[in-house]
Amino acid sequence: MPHTPQQSLQPSAQQPSTAEIAALIDSQIGLEGPLLPILHAIQSAYGHVPQVAAPLIAEALNISRAEVHGVMSFYHDFRDVPAGRHVVRICRAEACQAVGGAALADAALERLGVAWHGTTANGAVTIEPVYCLGLCACGPAAMVDGALLGRVDFDRLDEILTEVGA
Amino acid sequence: MKIYVPRDSAAKALGADAVAVALQVEADKRGLEIELIRTGTRGMIWLEPLVEVDRGTGREGFGPVAPSDVPALLDGTLAGLGPVEEIPFFARQTRLTFARCGLIDPLNLTEYEAHGGLAGLRRALGLSGEAIVDEVKLSGLRGRGGAGFPTGIKWDTVRMAKADRKYIVCNADEGDSGTFADRMIIEGDPFCLIEGMIIAGLGTGATKGFVYLRSEYPDAIAVMGEAIEIAYRAGVLGGDVLGSGSAFDLEVRVGAGAYVCGEETSLLNSLEGKRGVVRAKPPLPALEGAFGHPTVVNNVLSLATVPVIFEKGAAAYADFGMGRSKGTMPIQIAGNVKYGGLFETAFGLPLGDLVNEIAGGTASGRPVKAVQVGGPLGAYFAPSQFDTPFGYEEFDGAGGLIGHAGIVVFDDSADMLKMARFAMEFCAVESCGKCTPCRIGAVRGVETIDRIAQGDAAAVPLLTDLCETMKEGSLCALGGFTPYPVMSALTLFPDDFAATKEAAE
Ligand SMILES: Cc1cc2nc3c(=O)[nH]c(=O)nc-3n(C[C@H](O)[C@H](O)[C@H](O)COP(=O)(O)O)c2cc1C
Ligand code: SF4
Ligand code: FES
Repeated sequence: MPHTPQQSLQPSAQQPSTAEIAALIDSQIGLEGPLLPILHAIQSAYGHVPQVAAPLIAEALNISRAEVHGVMSFYHDFRDVPAGRHVVRICRAEACQAVGGAALADAALERLGVAWHGTTANGAVTIEPVYCLGLCACGPAAMVDGALLGRVDFDRLDEILTEVGA
Repeated sequence: MKIYVPRDSAAKALGADAVAVALQVEADKRGLEIELIRTGTRGMIWLEPLVEVDRGTGREGFGPVAPSDVPALLDGTLAGLGPVEEIPFFARQTRLTFARCGLIDPLNLTEYEAHGGLAGLRRALGLSGEAIVDEVKLSGLRGRGGAGFPTGIKWDTVRMAKADRKYIVCNADEGDSGTFADRMIIEGDPFCLIEGMIIAGLGTGATKGFVYLRSEYPDAIAVMGEAIEIAYRAGVLGGDVLGSGSAFDLEVRVGAGAYVCGEETSLLNSLEGKRGVVRAKPPLPALEGAFGHPTVVNNVLSLATVPVIFEKGAAAYADFGMGRSKGTMPIQIAGNVKYGGLFETAFGLPLGDLVNEIAGGTASGRPVKAVQVGGPLGAYFAPSQFDTPFGYEEFDGAGGLIGHAGIVVFDDSADMLKMARFAMEFCAVESCGKCTPCRIGAVRGVETIDRIAQGDAAAVPLLTDLCETMKEGSLCALGGFTPYPVMSALTLFPDDFAATKEAAE
């Protein structure tokens, strides 16, 4: 049976060790076209793809480090520095705009005092735009650390932001 | 007593999990024996969480249900919606692709079979590859991902290609705003997609499949992964599909937040672990696709419609629809509407009926101003075009496209200049960077629209020229079709672009 792509080893510490990263690479390398699954596995373990990973990936896949960076930078999902402790994503796409999504997003940015992709000064929250979460019949939509929210209004969002320490 | 609560992510985003927990807790407290079944969604999103109760006389609907409604629900005193399938929004549909969605536990293979699942595959196992492809051709099925290319013809190219390895790639990148049908069927009836992909493999000689699923859909990724494991254990997938001796392996691959990776060649690059840059065609993916091998790339809905075509017969499927738009389309009704959700119906319904009758007009109660059909690359329609029948050629003729069949409704508070600006901004953010008219043009487009907003009327012809350049000089539809929403907004709603706008306000 093929590997499931989401499987990731539980690293023992936040500080990534070469051995741990090598194990994560190993867990995916048997796949056809393993680079994205490897990057996902590392990011899901550490919340970002640490600097030390690129040369290890490059070596394992026999590609250049520049290629690894090139791929990472192409995709919005991958980050090379850690995000805040919580990631809040607000849908900016059309169906959510039709029900007040843009005003909700503006209010959220103002409440946090940051721009898109910014992290609050206390490190609690990173806010990111997302273009559709598939909740277009119950927008405005948002996602907080993987949990989906529909028909979000500012009061609800404010409550959530307070809960996560922003 | 059987109680059904959806596990679809829209239902969960509106509180379905809390309702399910409250039901179990309250039932335990009362010593009441209930069978709690988590299903997909019926697609009536304005009613979610939509709970269904079967006391032995059929499934009665209640919704939207809050945890605080649970005691009354169990007492039998909560006001209900009556039999779920008699709710007008549901009763008016023709559910072929979505027949099981919302009905069954999506991960219960026995239930899947009891409701017609695997019948199509069993039939296909008795047919030659050529006969399978012919059946798909006969059904008239066209690609549901946007371009509407005949699925049978694509399969035939792959079938006739000589290669020791071929692939079936399911495009589950569903990036279009206003669309969620792929997500719904994966979360609500994943075996149907698996079955369709196996039939595609049998028809073309491919023995390996990938489902390329966007990372924005964590629930769908989880359900798909579980369904694949169950299908392997049951011998539906693997080296000996249902004991036939044919092999088919299947894997989920997760995208990484790039809209352009929904474009099939960009998707293939991404699958191979490269930057998701669009490839020039030829070569066609059907001849040189994934890892250089012949590959079918089909949308989720195209593949998930294949089982019912084999179960009921191509002719039965082709009986629905009109002209060259055969069968049914799962239309996704979104944005500012009273009744939002998934509405599967034969092609041919006028846009206005969908917006005013099915969707019930706007949620805000204000007049409809514009409807965007077909995602961020689709044109805006004004109410004056509401007689356009829902079909590929008909929408093309009206200067638009049906795309993945999402319709997004806006009321009269929408500022169409802002929507045009957003279209350009989105193109700039998501451009793969390969062609200048798209990469640079979209950035210029935002600037030009900003000039118009500041009252510079001379910028209007510039915007028109720019759109022309993007249309002509872009390799794929991201750069090539972004002019659709922009130009339709400009042409249909000139007042929103008028130089006097600022002064008038
Ligand atoms: C920018 C762009 C994004 C696209 N996104 C999707 C998508 O998310 N899902 C999809 O099925 N097709 C998408 N397509 C269309 C695919 O290129 C391709 O036509 C489709 O997957 C073929 O499958 P079908 O014949 O079953 O429709 C996109 C095309 C473009 C240009
Ligand atoms: S039109 Fe845009 S997205 Fe498409 S290939 Fe060209 S640069 Fe890439
Ligand atoms: S447009 Fe916001 S969830 Fe789809």
